[in-house]
Amino acid sequence: MTPIIEVDRLTRTFGSFTAVDHVSFEVGRGEIFGFLGANGAGKTTCMKMLTGLLAPSSGRATVAGYDVATQTERVKREIGYMSQRFSLYEDLSVRENIRFYGGIYGLSMRAIREKTGALLERLDLAASADTLIKALPLGWRQKLAFSIAVLHDPKVVFLDEPTGGVDPITRRQFWDMIYEAASRGVTVFVTTHYMDEAEYCDRVSIMVDGRIEALDTPGGLKATYAAGSMNDVFVRLARGAA
Amino acid sequence: MPAIFLSSLTKRFGAVTAVDGVSLAVDEGELFGLIGPDGAGKTTLIRMLVTVLAPDAGEARVDGLDVVRDFRALRRRLGYMPGRFSLYPDLTVAENLAFFASVFGTTVEANYAQVADIYRQIEPFKNRRAGQLSGGMKQKLALSCALIHKPRVLFLDEPTTGVDAVSRQEFWEMLGRLKASGITIFVSTPYMDEASRCDRVALMQGGRILSIDAPARFAGRYTRPLFAVRAADRHRLIQTLRGYPHAHSVYAFGESLHYTDARPHADPADIRAFLASNGFGEVQVAPIEAGIEDVFMALMDEQRERA
Repeated sequence: MTPIIEVDRLTRTFGSFTAVDHVSFEVGRGEIFGFLGANGAGKTTCMKMLTGLLAPSSGRATVAGYDVATQTERVKREIGYMSQRFSLYEDLSVRENIRFYGGIYGLSMRAIREKTGALLERLDLAASADTLIKALPLGWRQKLAFSIAVLHDPKVVFLDEPTGGVDPITRRQFWDMIYEAASRGVTVFVTTHYMDEAEYCDRVSIMVDGRIEALDTPGGLKATYAAGSMNDVFVRLARGAA
Repeated sequence: MPAIFLSSLTKRFGAVTAVDGVSLAVDEGELFGLIGPDGAGKTTLIRMLVTVLAPDAGEARVDGLDVVRDFRALRRRLGYMPGRFSLYPDLTVAENLAFFASVFGTTVEANYAQVADIYRQIEPFKNRRAGQLSGGMKQKLALSCALIHKPRVLFLDEPTTGVDAVSRQEFWEMLGRLKASGITIFVSTPYMDEASRCDRVALMQGGRILSIDAPARFAGRYTRPLFAVRAADRHRLIQTLRGYPHAHSVYAFGESLHYTDARPHADPADIRAFLASNGFGEVQVAPIEAGIEDVFMALMDEQRERA
């Protein structure tokens, strides 16, 4: 398995506080990688560095072969990103959001037109193409946001709590889309507070106080910590730190 | 007399009916959960009960007082912790608490016992500005401020949303101790797994209540045969099972799949044989009791079919 993300002793400090502390791991191509941790453990800081939005204090990381510190623009071309808090422009329509992001990701107008049709059909949104995002139910928005994040066929897509607050049926449809993208070779890097979703990942890392405390398959983690569920694994590790 | 009583309570925003004829009753001293995804109408419902939003139709009483007619008197008897942090970020921890006490005509000293369990955890930081607290500490301060006037009924709007699994567990332990003091608690959450912490829960979706019961009793409401299925290659397993002619629904559920059969009685051996014929090696199929999330999804399906 060739790694698509390579992280080597990546560190970020803010003044005297070390938010990410010599973190090292690799993520394979097409893998669904769950990136877990308590609030304040350093997940967001780490993700910001991997997406080229924040410079590391020391250490090194590459995404799709590009250095996140020195080749940030190349990194950004190879990745997609969506989060629960910000994903689409509420005052633009579905079609306008697709066109906008397609342009940002450097697709040609022709490619955008072709992809828009296919995307609307796949999501069953053709009748709502000119609807403003703010009028769409949250579940539809999140599915659309994910489709747009992979519109330009990125090598890696970063998902920051993509299913927070989403109803249980849509949450599962969302994971169907994640599996489908992974089967096309897209690497998925995802954070979540739903521990059942940790089970859907190929491998899971758990961050505690800036360090990666555990990294394995869900089955491996449960065996190591003699835990019945990922929730038990998580609570044991995160609470141990407090 | 129920602590909270709603009859056909309705609120519209333009063409959207956010809360659609909701009726329910919460007993005194009960820990009652309102469970539903974003957009279900939970916040609108709570805002009507805490007298900050007027209903369009129906009525509601809290602690015997009407939420519209008696709103002034009622505000002294209820505590409200909104979903968004709404304390004064430029005041210190101690100043925020003193402020909320004085608004209700009391003092921190007079009611300290009411908040002691929670407030003690943040008291070492009492001179820090509220805006500079961590998420967990903000939450404890907000809860202290909502309790400082000794309300008889406490409303919490999604206190655990976006909070990690450990902090969520701690928050529910705190609510459990609070309930022991006799206060009625009405709490909303999008996390189905938190239902078991409540005495009773209402499942809400699309402005309506789908069902109300004690968490342990929801299993009995699931009438179709339900099985947990395990095999390697989850994604292909889901696709394959959905193609099984007797499948009613197939959903991922942590490390297994929950498969619901459309027939009144289903033999796990048939399902195993079907999967074996599709190339699945080691397959486990075991009948299981439905959880609250199974019930919620089944009710959502029914609601969609009716629509």
